[in-house]
Amino acid sequence: MSFPLLTATAVVPAIGAIATAAVPAAKRTAAKWLALLFSLATLSLAAVIAVRFDPGAKGPFQLTESHAWIQDFGVRYDLGVDGIAVALIALTALLIPFVILAGWHDADPSPSSQLRSSRGGPNEGAEPNRPYSWRPTQGFFALILAVEAMVVLSFEATDVFLFYIFFEAMLIPMYFLIGGFGDRAGGRGEQQAAAQRSYAAVKFLLYNLVGGLIMLAAVIGLYAVTAHQLGAGTFSLPQIVQARASGALTLGTGTERLLFLGFFFAFAVKAPLWPLHTWLPNAMGEATSPVAVLITAVVDKVGTFAMLRFCLQLFPEASSWATPVILVLSLISIVYGALLAVGQRDIKRLIAYASISHFGFIILGIFAMTSQGQGGATLYMVNHGISTAALMLVAGFLISRRGSRLIADYGGVQKVAPVLAGTFLVGGLATLSLPGLAPFISEFLVLVGTFSRYPVIGIIATLGIVLAALYVLVLYQRTMTGPVATEVRAMPDLKVRELVVVAPLIALLLFLGVYPKPLTDLVNPAVQHTLSVVDKKDPKPTVRVDAVPGGGRHGGTAQTQDVEAAK
Amino acid sequence: MNPVYYLYLAALLFTIGAAGVLIRRNAIVVFMCIELMLNACNLAFVTFSRMHGNLDGQIIAFFTMVVAAAEVVVGLAIIVSIFRTRHSASVDDASLMKL
Amino acid sequence: MENLIALLVAAPLVGAALLLCGGKRLDRTGHWIGSLLAVASFAVAVVLFADMLGKGAEHRALHQHLFSWIPVGGFRADIAFQLDQLSMTFVLLITGVGSLIHIYSIGYMEHDERRRRFFGYLNLFLAAMLLLVLADNYLLLYVGWEGVGLASYLLIGFWQHKPSAATAAKKAFLVNRVGDMGLSIAIMLMFTTFGTFAFGPVFAAAGDASEGRLTAIGLVLLLAACGKSAQVPLQSWLGDAMEGPTPVSALIHAATMVTAGVYLITRSGAIFNLAPDAQTAVVVVGAVTLLFGAIVGCAKDDIKKALAGSTMSQIGYMVLAAGLGPIGYAFAIMHLVTHGFFKAGLFLGAGSVMHGMNDEVDMRRYGGLRRYMPVTFVTFGLGYLAIIGFPGLSGFFSKDKIIEAAFARGGTEGWILGGAALLGAAITAFYMTRVMLMTFFGEKRWDPEEFHPHESPKVMTVPMIVLAVGSVFAGGLFSVGDAFVRWLEPVTSFAHGHSPVSAGVVTAATMVVLAIGVGIAWLMYGRKEVPATAPRGSLLTRAARRDLLQDDFNHVVLVRGGEHLTRTLVYLDHSLVDGAVNGTAAAMGGLSSRLRQLQTGFVRSYAVQMLGGAAVLVAATLLMRGV
Repeated sequence: MSFPLLTATAVVPAIGAIATAAVPAAKRTAAKWLALLFSLATLSLAAVIAVRFDPGAKGPFQLTESHAWIQDFGVRYDLGVDGIAVALIALTALLIPFVILAGWHDADPSPSSQLRSSRGGPNEGAEPNRPYSWRPTQGFFALILAVEAMVVLSFEATDVFLFYIFFEAMLIPMYFLIGGFGDRAGGRGEQQAAAQRSYAAVKFLLYNLVGGLIMLAAVIGLYAVTAHQLGAGTFSLPQIVQARASGALTLGTGTERLLFLGFFFAFAVKAPLWPLHTWLPNAMGEATSPVAVLITAVVDKVGTFAMLRFCLQLFPEASSWATPVILVLSLISIVYGALLAVGQRDIKRLIAYASISHFGFIILGIFAMTSQGQGGATLYMVNHGISTAALMLVAGFLISRRGSRLIADYGGVQKVAPVLAGTFLVGGLATLSLPGLAPFISEFLVLVGTFSRYPVIGIIATLGIVLAALYVLVLYQRTMTGPVATEVRAMPDLKVRELVVVAPLIALLLFLGVYPKPLTDLVNPAVQHTLSVVDKKDPKPTVRVDAVPGGGRHGGTAQTQDVEAAK
Repeated sequence: MNPVYYLYLAALLFTIGAAGVLIRRNAIVVFMCIELMLNACNLAFVTFSRMHGNLDGQIIAFFTMVVAAAEVVVGLAIIVSIFRTRHSASVDDASLMKL
Repeated sequence: MENLIALLVAAPLVGAALLLCGGKRLDRTGHWIGSLLAVASFAVAVVLFADMLGKGAEHRALHQHLFSWIPVGGFRADIAFQLDQLSMTFVLLITGVGSLIHIYSIGYMEHDERRRRFFGYLNLFLAAMLLLVLADNYLLLYVGWEGVGLASYLLIGFWQHKPSAATAAKKAFLVNRVGDMGLSIAIMLMFTTFGTFAFGPVFAAAGDASEGRLTAIGLVLLLAACGKSAQVPLQSWLGDAMEGPTPVSALIHAATMVTAGVYLITRSGAIFNLAPDAQTAVVVVGAVTLLFGAIVGCAKDDIKKALAGSTMSQIGYMVLAAGLGPIGYAFAIMHLVTHGFFKAGLFLGAGSVMHGMNDEVDMRRYGGLRRYMPVTFVTFGLGYLAIIGFPGLSGFFSKDKIIEAAFARGGTEGWILGGAALLGAAITAFYMTRVMLMTFFGEKRWDPEEFHPHESPKVMTVPMIVLAVGSVFAGGLFSVGDAFVRWLEPVTSFAHGHSPVSAGVVTAATMVVLAIGVGIAWLMYGRKEVPATAPRGSLLTRAARRDLLQDDFNHVVLVRGGEHLTRTLVYLDHSLVDGAVNGTAAAMGGLSSRLRQLQTGFVRSYAVQMLGGAAVLVAATLLMRGV
């Protein structure tokens, strides 16, 4: 039996979480280094996966592992990755070390015990008189690693039930991360901040639990259908897809639609899609910025990923049926998220609404059902992860310096901290999808993919690029330019640790913007497979051109294939 | 004698017991009424056993007696301890277990 | 030879990377590095040009394929360059004028502590602009297109501590983004129509597409051109863009970037030629803008804004010519090149004046400067003569051809367009004479205690002299035996227009309106003393000072409207969407607190409930049996 690479990639951070949590209270720094070490080990395992994965190979999943788990219910421990999963595992493993580094001091115990006791969350009642008796630092990094383990497993699971377990379980560490460790943006009373934080955490948890429970009903429904028709119930994705393709399993139209909706609802909450988005600004606003990155760049990607892997492949007909509504909702997300971002006064909430707009693009691309749309959506997941991480982490550095999240409290930072302002601008430009940076490619692919099937929706979505420029530039202008505000006069520029966090992300944005081929090569076969399951083909161009490879100067002969009525 | 009369008696006893539980405030009386209801049930069980020529009813009657005995032990202990702390055996006074 | 093409882009790109990431240790050498790399790029361009001249007209185009950029399904975009005569013209203009302006900036930005960064941005601009004109497909062109937008944003907002500069930069980027939307829709349309967006295949297949499609593509391309080239209705950013340092105005907002729209239209000629409706839209935009810019230019007292109005107007001429199809493309590009020379020269002259006048821009506080800045006066004067189309100078040749071509469109349209072009020429003569008189002639209207006007250093005057030489001779040189037209013909194709009026008559008419324009200006500003504070002026003057109220319209409709919209949406998001969620939660809470009331704590009420429940159960059982 070969080395269980996929399991190892999830187990390493899980062990890291336990090990970090077990570090004694006094050795905080050791815990941080330990967590970083484990995240780097995970990253190297993810790199091994990426190298071992062969995009050209046949069959949807590779590096598969399969073990019986709960035999009575046909639940199996089935793992396997396609190109999309590899890309997202790589993204997750890549971002976690940066998240840990960026949050290096976020969970240091505050000297004031009053602050600690009002911190709320899980440790509230724990011996209030002995300082440092609980271990927030260890907890913080252990929770981050725990989230990583669960996210990686949910990208790998090919068994619906196994996926469901980790999809839901990751809510628990996230809940504690949001509720237990807020950012230290003063200006409000600690008491009030703690109240808002726990509100955000509870909202996050309830929203996602509701989605998850509806999905659970659908998962059980799926089991019942398979048990009824196949004799033995199964949760295995490849098996169900194959059974549907061969006709062994037929779902009634109504059943399929209901099951699809059950799955989709959970993913739409997680993604989040308008109008299920309102937990995100709260959660991202109240959490520390590394945790906000974790939410939007890593955890939320499970939602969009699962749409591609489960919604489309399990329920192809229902997906086509729901497409118009979903496209309109994602279009609303794009425009609405961008408009609300323009109207925000809080830097982190602004980025949260920008993310809602970007998730609109991702879902739009997925349901456009073209290879450009879905390929673009997958790239978008990766690129959005990197660009939002860059922007959000720099914003976090900015906020921690001034102690305020309000845009109006800044001004002229460019003059005192040019490197910080420069990196912030690059992050912002990536967010507005400037050509030359990675997000442009994905956004353009999504737009092209949508446009080739739904021109009107494509054109309206293009408005998003103007609005993105608006909110990014307004944010930059108000915080970074103009006369230097009194409070920022003594603001230090980025420190080495912070530069180590931001510089690689920016380098990656540039690299993937100029040479995205490694990523597209990885993703394309998986997208083709998904499209073949959904039974969709790219629309043909109205005029056929025998393109010279490389877009040569003077193309070959042109023959008309007049699809639209000749003028 | 027609066994149905025993059933009527059982129903009557049960009703008396139930009314007593609902109407009386004194915990001891309420307790005795509960015993009355249990015994009415026993009577009915035994009667049915006789009517159907089946021993199951009589066995269950024994079970009921065992349960009733256990109940008396626990219940009386609770009543006594309540009476000790509150100097009252009224069930309405012990209404603290609410949200 | 092909392999040199990438070097054109790479040199300034390396410069930008070095200067922007290099940190403080490059502060003392940064400007030299930046200028050197710009000149290096120019040198490569000259080598390529010499090579190109050595070949036959049909074999001049070079092609360099670097690597496959975005391959997804049927969508393939490559990083590949194409250097043909049209690109070559632009490359020479961009690197040539660019190098001169780099050198000029060494002097102009001498006292700015962020000079290294300035040169980094300039190099970034050169790289993006070269990418724009060298790309062999529309998507790569789009990269350059937005890249120059970014460089323009950074350079307009270079003095970020001034809120006006930061706002102007943001505005420029946003308005440009509206145009960019057009370009991206155009690419999408091309992809759905042809399955590709590389120049060669698209132009080859254009004939097979339906005219409706081509018109749609043409119109969105025009939208893109309007944004970048400051054409009505997306012209409002150019005036504000003058907040940037003057070399930036000269390079980006006069000579090169703003002409990208003309490049786009000319490059896409194969599409426009087959879409007459789109062409009509192009000429209308061009004609309207050339008058609009000219009128705005007449009213501005800020020397840079007056020149900005003029730029807008001159680009209007180019767009008009490009919209005329094969009879105009070559002249559009020719005017573009000559305009690059004289307008860059004029801006550098304006910068030199500001340099000597403590950065004062109000022409009403200039006057009589010719004695203090002789070199600036002479070079600015030559640029002035060139732009108004004084016979024998560059502008005369290029503008005259455009007016002729406008008449040659034929029919009523031809008369209207020709008339507009002629009227534009008259107004050009008027406002440029006004600028000239107010700045260099008349009495001094400045306080000698406060201002000490002086000639600029050599590093600034030499580029001005070079550009002045170009403004004088370029047009004549291009016209010798129609050299320029024949040079471009393989790319843009050329057709002789049939003008209803003969060329001689057009030239004569141009001379007459020119004289009228200059004369009126002399009567108003030369003979009479110019008041140091602006008079109230007529209704039109006041409107023109406010950019013909276009900004006010934008402000009221878009800015205010947008603010209200976002505020409403923020409120609705909180109260309606989030309110629904919180409302559900509150309803649940309320319901449970109601239900809680049932738990009274009275044992006997529980007993009643139990009894009732038991009774209901029994009754239900009995009833079920009965049924």
